[in-house]
Amino acid sequence: MEYVVEMLNIRKEFPGVVANDDITLQIRPMEIHALLGENGAGKSTIMSILFGMYHADRGEIRVRNKKVTISNPNDATDLGIGMVHQHFKLVENFTVTENIILGLEGSQVLNRKRAAERIQALSDQYSLKIDPYARIDEISVGMQQRVEILKMLYRNADVLIFDEPTGVLTPQEVHELMQIMKDLIKEGKSIILITHKLKEIKEAADRCSVIRRGKLVGVVDVKDTTEKQMAAMMVGREVSFKVEKEPRTAGEIVLDIQQLNVQNARKYRSVKEFSLQVRAGEIVGLAGVDGNGQKELVEAITGLCTIESGHILINGKDISSLSVRRRNETGLAHIPEDRHKHGLIMDYTVAENMVLKTYYHPPYSNYGVLNEKAIAQHAAKLIELFDVRSGRGAFTPAGKLSGGNQQKAIVGREIDMDPDILLAVQPTRGLDVGAIEYIHKRLVEQRDKGKAVLMISLELDEIFNLADRIAVISNGELIDVVDTSETNEEEVGLMMTGYKRGTA
Amino acid sequence: MKRIPDALLMAMAAVLLGLIAGALLMLAIGSNPFEGYYYLFRGGLMNMQRVGNTIALSTTLILTGLSVAFAFRTGLFNIGAAGQMLIGGLCATTVGLLVPLPRPILLVVMVLAAMLGGALWGSVPGLLKAKFNVHEVVATIMMNWIAYWVVYYFVPAYLKGQFLETESRVLPAASSLRTPWLTDLFNGAYLNMGLFIAIAMIIIIRFLLNRTTFGYELKAVGSNRDAALFAGIQVNRSIILSMVIAGGLAGLAGASFYTGYSANIQIGVLPIQGFDGIAVALLGANNPLGVLGAALFFGLLHAGKGFMNAMTGIPPEISDTIIATIIYFTATSLLIGRALDYVVRRKKKGGK
Repeated sequence: MEYVVEMLNIRKEFPGVVANDDITLQIRPMEIHALLGENGAGKSTIMSILFGMYHADRGEIRVRNKKVTISNPNDATDLGIGMVHQHFKLVENFTVTENIILGLEGSQVLNRKRAAERIQALSDQYSLKIDPYARIDEISVGMQQRVEILKMLYRNADVLIFDEPTGVLTPQEVHELMQIMKDLIKEGKSIILITHKLKEIKEAADRCSVIRRGKLVGVVDVKDTTEKQMAAMMVGREVSFKVEKEPRTAGEIVLDIQQLNVQNARKYRSVKEFSLQVRAGEIVGLAGVDGNGQKELVEAITGLCTIESGHILINGKDISSLSVRRRNETGLAHIPEDRHKHGLIMDYTVAENMVLKTYYHPPYSNYGVLNEKAIAQHAAKLIELFDVRSGRGAFTPAGKLSGGNQQKAIVGREIDMDPDILLAVQPTRGLDVGAIEYIHKRLVEQRDKGKAVLMISLELDEIFNLADRIAVISNGELIDVVDTSETNEEEVGLMMTGYKRGTA
Repeated sequence: MKRIPDALLMAMAAVLLGLIAGALLMLAIGSNPFEGYYYLFRGGLMNMQRVGNTIALSTTLILTGLSVAFAFRTGLFNIGAAGQMLIGGLCATTVGLLVPLPRPILLVVMVLAAMLGGALWGSVPGLLKAKFNVHEVVATIMMNWIAYWVVYYFVPAYLKGQFLETESRVLPAASSLRTPWLTDLFNGAYLNMGLFIAIAMIIIIRFLLNRTTFGYELKAVGSNRDAALFAGIQVNRSIILSMVIAGGLAGLAGASFYTGYSANIQIGVLPIQGFDGIAVALLGANNPLGVLGAALFFGLLHAGKGFMNAMTGIPPEISDTIIATIIYFTATSLLIGRALDYVVRRKKKGGK
């Protein structure tokens, strides 16, 4: 058997767009096959067809050399195809076992014990280290993902689809996941890995199919292809990973955090005696494993939560007790981590979102009455300037934009406020190479204009690429601040686990 | 050609389906649906008096519908329009009965009292939501019952009628929102000046929601509370103000109903119009103009059902059933939307 799954000449049209145009995808047994493409290239569509959620307008699907029709996810499951969705489909207050057997409870009497034994056995076989009796809301995100994997294994799937599996994971968890995937193919499974992260493909995949704008660009052997080549195939032009950056000397202190203590919602002190200065004309990158106090630090700076003690100064002015709006007016702008939750109001148009922080000023409003013309003009300007692409320009609802364009809109709005200090939290999370390149350039531009930038990121690459200085946070404490030119990824990685330089 | 908004299309589809369901029901009980609908609509529209009564019924629904719709735009579900309306009516009636003032000033004070009473009733759930995150559905339902019992004890104690313990004295003509020229124009219908208040409120609320920074803030809080907070909008203030305004609108409904449509206030009744306001807002897609259309339509169904019953023997409850069915279809509008899409696409394909 040469291929375990074949999708031949698949075509799928949605009103107005061809999502998949004559795509052929062939998966060999026991390989990790990456499916690479920008957001909106058609990756999810073709996988949804394989998983029975959409139906192809044309083309055929063959599983183990037999032509099949897959009309719903149950058909896919019966054929041994399983999918780990980007957003997990788990019931939070159920145990691992209950989640896995959900839908397969069988006869009238629920036999949890037998199911749990089988789950334990599977977990051991693939070294997933899962406790069948743990509750979902008590285990980490990485473990939840392994529960999703177990769910597929429990259903005897041998073709596993991973849809953007690393977006929610810490660097360590990503590494573990890659190892698990390798173990799975050793045991005879085949894996389709949907992603736009080249590094992961390089690390784990055997072959890679590249899709651009609904068409298959090519299939390559990963070990013979560089990341740069794959990126060029995906985007359709050369991409530079390195951002051009002139050396600069930093100026005055703009953001001054002094002995900051912050408690989180559970009254646990998650930022401890934290002091950090960011100067004009520099980018400081804050590195750290997710959940080490970054969220609370950001909330404290932006005014979304109250601080326990300490001071936060912008240009020498203490802002630690000001309202969110007063802080914005003092020169703070913020690109939030979660653009859906915090960045945009999805029901509002792009134009309305562009004035989310300024609508109450002239010219956007006078005496409390909005000036729609001024708002539309402002949006048109930013759309042009920041290359935000959308169907109906300024009047497109923000929810209809692609992730990259949503992020560009936010970056545009925040930079347009001409802030003295720009707080960028995971500014490129979930974006494709083209958009990342663009946003990185804009951040460096801010620095070159003499603004201060504090960037918080979980991606070490991003930090090393952009930051002039790197600060490392671990367990809510500042471990150290080092010049980017005088350190390397290993050293920072070690600091992220809490070791100070020279003490390890 | 200008595109018909989806919301309007869906509302019309829901109404049509509701009417079809009503027709099936009439068939099922052995009546002729054409006859039934003929008399239902005739009952609401056949002469000036009937038209006047239809509009009078709609007036209350416009205001309660606006109340629910307005709160909903801020992401709040105001189940308390009934209680707010009742308190509004109580305040207006109390002023109308007890405060000696010349008529024009008296009417203004009555309307203001109704609005303030409703606003006060709305403010409590707003405050509870903002300060303690108490769900407004629970709080507004509680406030409905508080309003119910306040009226229950207040009316017999201070406004007792001449003959009955269970209702207030009848308002003198001088303190009624009914006005001779309107009454004469519509041949003695219940139509009253509440209509002008309702129309003014439609215009004001529409302007407020669409054109002001305040409306911008409220809608922002309604569709994404976190993003609003993040942008520096005072979310709690928006929630309280939204409930105050929603309550005020329902209070006005109380004035128009208890001191215009009717002339006294009864104890032991939560006004059904408060709950019908939810239906009106839903069918009207929480849009002030949509609320106007939906209120007029529901007003028509309510106004005509008695006549239909008298002429054909079809029970008046059919009208309520049609309203209920329309609500079901509106609530499942997503499904209808998809069905419409499908039809449109088939048509396009066929046309190729």
